[in-house]
Amino acid sequence: MVGFDPKRHVGVHPERVSNISSTDFPGHDPGQDNAWNLAKFQQRLIVRVERLSNRSIDFDLVGVDASIANAFRRILIAEVPTVCIERVYIWCNTSVIADEVLAHRLGLIPLDVDPAFLDAKDSQNGQATDRNTLVFRLKVACERRKNAPRDATDPNVLFTHSEVLSSQLEWVPQGEQASAMAANLPASTNPNIVLAKLRPGQEIDMEVHAVKGVGKDHAKFSPVATASYRLLPEIILNPAKPVPPDLAEKFQKCFSPSVIRVHPQTKKVSVDKKSARFESMSREVYRHPEFEGCVQLARVRDHFLFCIESEGFYPPERLLPEAVQVMRTKIATLRRAAEALLNDTNANEDAEMAET
Amino acid sequence: MTELAQKIKIMKGAAPDLSAATYQIFDESHTMGNALRWLLMKNPKVEFCGYSVPHPSENLIQLRIQMYDRLSSLDALLEALSHLDDVCSSIEDKYRASLAGGQYERWQENS
Repeated sequence: MVGFDPKRHVGVHPERVSNISSTDFPGHDPGQDNAWNLAKFQQRLIVRVERLSNRSIDFDLVGVDASIANAFRRILIAEVPTVCIERVYIWCNTSVIADEVLAHRLGLIPLDVDPAFLDAKDSQNGQATDRNTLVFRLKVACERRKNAPRDATDPNVLFTHSEVLSSQLEWVPQGEQASAMAANLPASTNPNIVLAKLRPGQEIDMEVHAVKGVGKDHAKFSPVATASYRLLPEIILNPAKPVPPDLAEKFQKCFSPSVIRVHPQTKKVSVDKKSARFESMSREVYRHPEFEGCVQLARVRDHFLFCIESEGFYPPERLLPEAVQVMRTKIATLRRAAEALLNDTNANEDAEMAET
Repeated sequence: MTELAQKIKIMKGAAPDLSAATYQIFDESHTMGNALRWLLMKNPKVEFCGYSVPHPSENLIQLRIQMYDRLSSLDALLEALSHLDDVCSSIEDKYRASLAGGQYERWQENS
């Protein structure tokens, strides 16, 4: 169809997709130079923040390959470090929740701690020090309130500490920590997470250690609730076969709200460029034979709509820079290793030359 | 040195001039594998490039590079790494510029 460019678009058909893989490689198209060119790349690259809240960020990343967009998504989920509870030392737990279940629940609490303050602890034989471990104390006992009304049924009225909340985790500074972290005291980001329920006579007393880790080790370390992207939808109308004016409203209803505009007088349909991103790609329009050939659904192959929801320490706008930083550290490590390999092979060649 | 030597290993069967070689990269995954493959394939001197994760329980990838004109694949790999670093810095610069520009919708979300 006119307007569909297999180099730029991924085709969306009733039962299949087409032109999925990128073809922007040297040698793929005769007469086209697809070699890497930083100036060209930077000219084409667009990074545009669309929406920002206290918990999430939506931004567009245009002009990169899926492998790059996917690398950042994977790093956000699995390799940006955070601090979480890793070890639980239970002195006393007479609540109904089992030790191991409670320990697991504690591990999942998002902590408001800047990971930059801590070093990663060697998990196998590393010593816990004030540079790699935070210590919290959780000591709660439930008692009957003497002055509670006789007809009360609410446990909060009848007993003290009937619920153990994340706000009851008490930070115990070690070594230099008290002065280093004075500006933002370590605590749970959400003070109202129920960790356990207690009844009179039951008691929890434990020491918990939090360390720095990454999501690929355990999902609790992941700094995001979700980090995802999708490709920008594009609706291509066929100029050779316009939608019949009497069916314009029906055509409009085949798409997500606000995506298709109908001219009030002429009943001519057009696509709202700004709203195209909200199209759900339901392919409903393909189910109606009267619209056959009128429209082609597609996605733009190098236009990624990212949505990142932060959970835990990082404000949403800080997550992508952190991911880029992790990526560049990985690149630097790889480059040092490759350079060492290059020196080794050169040295071996020299040695062989000397022998002959 | 031993630690760095462990990061990348050239597998048996590579051409002596490294014009065709498979690199084992330890502690890396699809994240680096696919990104490097894309940048290597952007190099006109690269005849073939592909990567694989041989087994999900072994934390390593294998990156195969074959070159035209008996060039060194190790040089191509180093070049791809520096290009990937340029990609990262370009994205970060544009992101920060857009964030500083403030041309976006702000809203409040309750947690």
